[in-house]
Amino acid sequence: MSGLLIHNEKITDREAFVKSCPFGALEIQGNKVVATSACRVCGVCVKRAQNGEAEIVTEEKLLDRTAWTGVAVYAERGMEGIHPVSFELLGKARELADKVGEKVTCLLVGCGVTDAANELLRYGADEVYTYDHAALGDFRMEPYAAAFEDFIEKTHPNAILVGATTLGRQLAPRVAARFATGLTADCTILDMEENGDLVQIRPAFGGNIMAKILTPATRPQLATVRYKVMNEATPRDNPAGKVVPMTLPKEKLVSAVEILEVRPKEKEKTIESADIIVAAGRGVRSKEDLALVEALADALGAELAATRPLVEAGWVNPRRQIGLSGRTVRPKLIITCGISGSVQFAAGMKGAECIVAINKDENAPIFNIANYSLVGDLYDIIPKLLAELGGKTV
Amino acid sequence: MMNILVLIKQVPASNKVEVDPVTGVLKRNGAASKMNPYDLFTIETALQLREAVGGEVSVMTMGPPQAEKIMREAYSLGVDRGYILSDRAFAGADVLATAYTLAQGIEKAGGFDLILCGKQTTDGDTAQVGPEVAERLGLPSIAGVTSVEPQEGGIVVEMDMGESIQKARLSFPCLVCVDKDVNQPRLPSYRLREATRTREITIWSLADLPDRDKTHYGLDGSATQVQKIFPPTDNRERMNLTGSPDDMAKALAGKLRDLKFVR
Repeated sequence: MSGLLIHNEKITDREAFVKSCPFGALEIQGNKVVATSACRVCGVCVKRAQNGEAEIVTEEKLLDRTAWTGVAVYAERGMEGIHPVSFELLGKARELADKVGEKVTCLLVGCGVTDAANELLRYGADEVYTYDHAALGDFRMEPYAAAFEDFIEKTHPNAILVGATTLGRQLAPRVAARFATGLTADCTILDMEENGDLVQIRPAFGGNIMAKILTPATRPQLATVRYKVMNEATPRDNPAGKVVPMTLPKEKLVSAVEILEVRPKEKEKTIESADIIVAAGRGVRSKEDLALVEALADALGAELAATRPLVEAGWVNPRRQIGLSGRTVRPKLIITCGISGSVQFAAGMKGAECIVAINKDENAPIFNIANYSLVGDLYDIIPKLLAELGGKTV
Repeated sequence: MMNILVLIKQVPASNKVEVDPVTGVLKRNGAASKMNPYDLFTIETALQLREAVGGEVSVMTMGPPQAEKIMREAYSLGVDRGYILSDRAFAGADVLATAYTLAQGIEKAGGFDLILCGKQTTDGDTAQVGPEVAERLGLPSIAGVTSVEPQEGGIVVEMDMGESIQKARLSFPCLVCVDKDVNQPRLPSYRLREATRTREITIWSLADLPDRDKTHYGLDGSATQVQKIFPPTDNRERMNLTGSPDDMAKALAGKLRDLKFVR
């Protein structure tokens, strides 16, 4: 059996050895050190031990690598055509497949998918397998999983990439469990070894640590990837691939889930849930001038936020105030316009992944935390930026 | 009457971990732990269903015996029954092996109408265990659920699909993964904590499960292998964009495109 093997005869300092476990899973029982069920086989005690006091033993499992080839992408259909994460996955799939000289396939499930299938060919899929049926119009687990299973059995892909959407995040694990194979969630880096092993790298422990993960003995190797992590494939004018229509037997199309209603989701308009925020500060001279900052927010699909003085002046709704006396935000991008960056303001936004600061005063504290600093007048820069972004100018 | 099981997990109290850049060893202080915060929304969902239609709420976890702490917490919230699946053979389990172990425990306990899972855990962060448990049990499942309403012989749920909301009816038995922030979890009650102080917690080891083949659990039952862990490289750059307003605007627009904020 695989697991942690402790060589008690080699341990000189039992207490120190026990303390080496970050999970508190080692205990002294009698005159022996044993691992309890809290052991995660993380290998820390093995690495810290100097004289081979512990080792991790693994059983070799046999795998016929030649039976599984190619990189497949699960192409997701949304309300408005193919979810763009699918095109990004196609970009990565092509790169991975080229490393081992294999093909890129696509799995497309839905109702009325002909146009979508051709679109996937344009983005470089060699083969698009379509399961096109009225019963597959709305997402229901059992028929979708059945289509996925059928696709894997018929095409034997070596690796499968799935978008980490609401749908992908629940469909992929069902399929992985069905084939008793590995699935790695939210990969940020993917690579392919010459032997066909998919190298999966993802953040662990809330992003404080990166983990490199392999699926060594089972196939297919499944990975999910979030939207906007990989680079989109370049569309071609003369796609060379082909569409392969597939069918499922009737009994595979039934589900214990009955869809009662599908309605478009109302866009949430809170600054806490926004991916992108454009924030205005006292550098904005009048309520009317806020239109300039709002135009930038519109051009970026961002939410408008403001500092306390603008809220107190009644220019901006208090629900849009960032700072200690307002809301705390962690957007992917925040562009601060005419904000000096007081401690109180910074406390509410410094968790942003990317901070862009536009301010006239080069000594403004906001520049100490900004990733991209633009020392200049927002009244000069924003109109130029809007022109660059192709948005309307005020 | 609804017989509900909530799958919960004990997670490290803090996510502040570091890797020694030289040895690649995880540096972590202490083994302080707490209930996975997402599970509180799930337990609340279960308790509200019980209040509406009657029945029983159980919780189950796979973990060390120390998981008793979160069982006691669940009891003080109003949960009726607790199960811990604990065995050295479960050590080193990935999603696949964890889901299999839980499915075995669920089969052994038996008789649940509804199995609820949280959105994800704060340590594993995969959101995959719930759907894999459902697959192992052959149950219909649905994730990303923002509301659960009881209905004769089943439930009506709403699933957040990103750009749409899908309303669906599921018949029992089924498994549902509940999103976060879907309710206001209640606080533990002192009265309940006192009243349940001696309430039994069922602890099962491998020998108690229907499938006792060790190779299906823990490291052997896992399909993925963590090869190494390493500190993330902070690839966020810091720079001044300079020149005329035009230059600055061009440079920033370029950066925004590179970072995929605009197309």
